[in-house]
Amino acid sequence: MAILPGTRRGLGDWAASIAAVLAGLTILAVGLSIAGYDAGAALAAMWHGAFGSWYALTSATLVRAIPLITIGLGIALAFRAGALNIGAEGQFYAGAILATWLGLHLQGWPRFPAVVMVLLAGVAGGGLWSLVPAWLKRRYGVLEVISTLMLNFVAEALTSLMVQGPLQEARGVYPQSDSIAEVARLPLIPGTRLHWGFVLSLLLAGLLWFLFQRTLWGFQLRATGANPRAAQVTGRINVGGVAAAALIGSGMLAGLAGSMEVSGVSYALFQSLSPGYGFTAIAVALLARLDPRAIVVTGILFAALETGAAGMQRDAGVPAVVVYVVEAVIILVVLVADAGLRRRAPVPEAAAA
Amino acid sequence: MIPALELRGISKRFGPVQALEGADFLLRPGEVHALLGENGAGKSTLMSIAAGLVKPDQGEVVVNGVTVRLGSPRDAARYGVGMVHQHFSSVPAFTAMENVALAARWPMGSPRVVRQRLEELTRRSGLAIEPDARTESLSVILRQRIEILKALATDASILLFDEPTGTLAPPDALDLLRVIRQLAGQGSSVVLITHRLDEALAHADRVTVLRRGRMVFTGPAQGLGGNELASHMLGHPPENVSPPVPAVVGSPPAVQADRLSIAADGGRGPGIRDATFQIAPGEVVGLAAVEGSGQRELLRALAGLLEPKSGVLQVQAPVCFIPEDRTTEGLIQEFSLADNLMLGFGAHAPWVRHGVLAPALCERMTAELIEEYQVRSPGPLAQAATLSGGNQQRFMLARALAQQPRVLLAEQPARGLDIQASRDIYQRLRKAADTGAAVLLHSNDLDELLAWCDRLMVLAGGYLQVVPPGTDRDAIGRLMLGSGSRLS
Amino acid sequence: MMLSEPGALALVGSFAAAAVRISSPLLIAAIGETVVERSGVINLGLEGAMLAGALAGAIGGSVEGPWFGLLLSAAAGMALMTVFATVTIWLRADQIIAGTAMTLAAVGLTGGLYRLIYGAGGVGLSLPTFAPVAIPVLSRVSVLGPMFQQPVPVYLGFLSVPLVWILLFRTRFGLALRAAGESPDAARAAGVPVQWCRTIAILFGGAMGGLAGATLVLAQVGTFAERMTAGRGFVAIAIVVLGRWHPFGVFAAALLFGLLTALQFLFQASGVAIPYQWFLMLPYVLTLLALAVVRRRVAAPAGLAKS
Repeated sequence: MAILPGTRRGLGDWAASIAAVLAGLTILAVGLSIAGYDAGAALAAMWHGAFGSWYALTSATLVRAIPLITIGLGIALAFRAGALNIGAEGQFYAGAILATWLGLHLQGWPRFPAVVMVLLAGVAGGGLWSLVPAWLKRRYGVLEVISTLMLNFVAEALTSLMVQGPLQEARGVYPQSDSIAEVARLPLIPGTRLHWGFVLSLLLAGLLWFLFQRTLWGFQLRATGANPRAAQVTGRINVGGVAAAALIGSGMLAGLAGSMEVSGVSYALFQSLSPGYGFTAIAVALLARLDPRAIVVTGILFAALETGAAGMQRDAGVPAVVVYVVEAVIILVVLVADAGLRRRAPVPEAAAA
Repeated sequence: MIPALELRGISKRFGPVQALEGADFLLRPGEVHALLGENGAGKSTLMSIAAGLVKPDQGEVVVNGVTVRLGSPRDAARYGVGMVHQHFSSVPAFTAMENVALAARWPMGSPRVVRQRLEELTRRSGLAIEPDARTESLSVILRQRIEILKALATDASILLFDEPTGTLAPPDALDLLRVIRQLAGQGSSVVLITHRLDEALAHADRVTVLRRGRMVFTGPAQGLGGNELASHMLGHPPENVSPPVPAVVGSPPAVQADRLSIAADGGRGPGIRDATFQIAPGEVVGLAAVEGSGQRELLRALAGLLEPKSGVLQVQAPVCFIPEDRTTEGLIQEFSLADNLMLGFGAHAPWVRHGVLAPALCERMTAELIEEYQVRSPGPLAQAATLSGGNQQRFMLARALAQQPRVLLAEQPARGLDIQASRDIYQRLRKAADTGAAVLLHSNDLDELLAWCDRLMVLAGGYLQVVPPGTDRDAIGRLMLGSGSRLS
Repeated sequence: MMLSEPGALALVGSFAAAAVRISSPLLIAAIGETVVERSGVINLGLEGAMLAGALAGAIGGSVEGPWFGLLLSAAAGMALMTVFATVTIWLRADQIIAGTAMTLAAVGLTGGLYRLIYGAGGVGLSLPTFAPVAIPVLSRVSVLGPMFQQPVPVYLGFLSVPLVWILLFRTRFGLALRAAGESPDAARAAGVPVQWCRTIAILFGGAMGGLAGATLVLAQVGTFAERMTAGRGFVAIAIVVLGRWHPFGVFAAALLFGLLTALQFLFQASGVAIPYQWFLMLPYVLTLLALAVVRRRVAAPAGLAKS
């Protein structure tokens, strides 16, 4: 069951993506009207919150886009290999926990290696967290869909345990960690609150595109996702290994996002560090048809939706949580459009036999 | 006399393919009627229409003198029409009893009653079956028996058999044809879809031939000649195929197996036990076996996809494997032809350098192969799914031969292809052998193997026997069932 | 243990009762999902259906009492799953991703509606709940008696187990439904309307998911909170796997789950200080362990997640 085969993007795909976003916003507007809100004002507040000012764009929307792009790239990596990683949320937290722990102990280090170490700690945390489902799948055949989901809840509980236990701030009052060392913080791009993780996420998008399109390993990964049996029999690909590697790589990217959030935005670990990035990133990756370059665009779009939703709550009193409905509608429309496009593909001779 | 089933002026189009064009067919009560034609002639489509599976664009279906409209197999069953499919249509995980009950819509309230009904049916038809056996664990012949019981359980008096002997060893096929004759004796009217002339001539009362969606001949089987029927099917007298050139043996073998044992793939079937054989460069060796005899495991072990359990296996590299199932194992349908070429070549390809790809190089080579092997396609970037079966098969062969294999393993490479297309495939395999490859060819069709191979090996129940030259067809058929005396 | 003997027995009794109570929403949701998966569909929107059912149960309960809440919750679960069925069965979208999206939608919808109806802060909502009903003889059995003094929805959950077994294995519809799950092509050839079978199964699963959410609200917690199902829908899916797609197996798996989760009450009672987060993790970790330990020789319906 290939979710989205790695074929060329056609005009139909673009049209479907735009239609999906419009459908999501339309349903939101209709729903808000029915609920008695002023839909126009709400959407205006949304736009203003996301793009209304230089500050909103760089310091809210783009900052929020960083984890969405990075995790979205990870989702693309896993999905392209046919590994359904629904556990990016947990991998994000695992990365954040490890990065915070290290970041608290790096006083006196030079800045560059300190930041690199913290980010690598995030990569390691996310990688370890996704190693579990990868191992359970290979050794025991446990479906990764279920195991990655379960591990989300474990990671959230673990985070809660950490900020009320070993990593709790010195006074022991608030459920959060102390701030990490100054040297462990990602520098900001001058004049904004946007940290250099944004550039890193853009570089990663380019790197992943190259991996998919121009390397043998990327090809094997796409083949595994598109048709594991053919990949194994005809391509002699170790499909189990490729899928496991993709799942672990996916976790590493989510973990990196967790460490960037700690190192570039919050400087500390919180219980609700992620407002559901791991799930939103699925929508980000799907809307981009798992194309790394497009994920940059859709990541910014979804960040805008979510910062816009916060603006909507502030200025129009609409609960921000309804933005999840918009995201769900976008996912569903993309899925349906893809299924439709696939069905219209020419039918081979089988029918006439 | 009212015909049991009459089809008048049936037309059906699937997309660009006109499968049937004003086809007629008439089945008399109590007869066994062979429906002949090449692959793609429209036989299956015509009978699918009679069985309610496919709706015709034009034409009439008349059952026992009544014009009917069949919207579903259920409608057809109501008029007493039942079809026994070529590809078994039972639920593998169900028991025999559940499958029959599902097809016949028996109430499930009491398992005891269901069992009684099934037992009564098996008694009446003489087709014995273990009610609680899981269908997927049964042999091909028993699974087919379930299919027949399903049709009988719906009180079908008009039975349509779609290529029922295609996957059976010759003696089993003979048994089945006897059962079919017996059913006709009990009052059923039977259509036997086949592409085998001898079968039609020996076991049918009457014969109808379809060609390109039209009926071109109908008449009694008695007194018909094989050549006459063949020219009806082909539209021209059959050509004589040049006999194969004997292999130049003498060089060291390309494949050598000594007391080779392989575990069953996926835990079912016999696997391979103690096989000893050689294949020399330049020869085409046929592997005759009925479904589930261990050929899957043998071919995959030779291809390096399965690890042997014990024994010695030496295969010269490079080895290429053309798997039976082109839609799920041989090609990635949604990938382009160039990407599919890349898939087959793997890491040792001119376009791979330190793990980085040069796709343009691969596209150029794909274009050349398409040209050379006359693969009809829009170009190297076309999706594999857009190609017809014959062209997909040709492309897979081109991909394999482009790797200049020392050993080429082909698993049913001509399945589902028409005569021209399959002849083309076999000729190219021959040519590969002539240029020094060792070719192992597996097919369910013994006659095809006899026509194209230098020598044969037979697999039955996991045991392999090398067939000495000059063994006659019947003896080979018995070997395929594992019931023939061992040849020495 | 320092407890006196009658005290210890009472503890075992209340422990067993807690186990049954904890397992019942899981059981109800998992029994529904069993039917869904037997028809060849995996529904990751179950979590969403439970959430929708929980809110609908709360609303219905506060308006017309718990019975109306129960009714409304089944309707809400079904309504949400109508979208899922349309998208996956009739428009052939990928089931796993679509299911995830349904859960996401339910989080947004319930969160938005809850704040719309009960105000921004989400005032502590207190609902009329089902009173425990004692089963005449059983409830007076010593030690285990408290297991049979439960609110009505818990018994409904028990009752659904044999009923679904009959449906699956003793009716023509069940046979057709299982055929659709094992081999859609073979089912179609036998004249089974595969898409309708699956649609009906999904709607049933949605109703059961909704009831499960309402059970949580109206028979256990007595209030609604955002995201209150906390992954129980996903646990229910794991329970179906553990129970090997069989109603009685699912019953045993759900009960086992309840027992293990209720262990925390025993620990608390015995005064051992363990951070509560460990107990939050426990069900999920146990699920993973159990999935790994149970050898999956009894395979999933072969047609699962295939059209």
